[in-house]
Amino acid sequence: MKISDVVCYDAILPDLQSSTRDGVITELVKALDGAGALGTASADEIIKSVIKRENEASTGLGRGVAVPHIKHNGVKKVVAAIGRSVAGVSFASLDKQPVYSIILLISPIDDPDKHLQAMESIFRHLQRDNFRKFLRQSQSAAAIADLVKEADENPSL
Amino acid sequence: MAKVVSEIEVQIRNPDGLHMRPAMQFVDTASQFASDISVSSNENVVDGKSIMQMTMLAATHGTKLKIKAQGPDADQAVVALRELVEVRQFDEGQA
Repeated sequence: MKISDVVCYDAILPDLQSSTRDGVITELVKALDGAGALGTASADEIIKSVIKRENEASTGLGRGVAVPHIKHNGVKKVVAAIGRSVAGVSFASLDKQPVYSIILLISPIDDPDKHLQAMESIFRHLQRDNFRKFLRQSQSAAAIADLVKEADENPSL
Repeated sequence: MAKVVSEIEVQIRNPDGLHMRPAMQFVDTASQFASDISVSSNENVVDGKSIMQMTMLAATHGTKLKIKAQGPDADQAVVALRELVEVRQFDEGQA
């Protein structure tokens, strides 16, 4: 699977306004909702579920990135929103460092394999120093969208 | 100290596969051992102590993984990891 298969291009926020984890999650879920990507799920319900999941164990895996995610029966396909925080946000990350790039992923409940494949493609890119660096530096939604598409085409990025 | 190499194959048995929470459990268990631990599916070989790399395996239900431990406690490490993956099934086996 490619990361561009799941990214919702109308839900790329290059300048997250919130300075808190829950605020950032709210911004990203609302962006997906505004793009009509949440199916029959309500944004409020998704926000609550993502925060609950995040409280159980942080998805901030270090190196300035976090990938909050849940499964929900309201969505029919895996969708992702991407957010960039210039100032950084505390995500209770494993390395205790702030997070600058957040990829929020919502997957249907009944397709665990698709969820795993989406996570694989996201982490394949996030593993790369260059991808993380470019993601952090991209100042517009268009630049982030280009980066995502380029990363799929050029695995050395 | 003797350098022991121990290698086993395990199968992912919990329905949701190796998603982030099980991957974290795996890394937590692997990290309790001094040995180097690598995990491979068909094409990928990853560090069993790296949460990002383990998540990248995308090991779905039924996937077979090779776990290779190298170091003084390699035998104990693979026993503990087999227990986690196949017996405890990451505490989320079929209801």
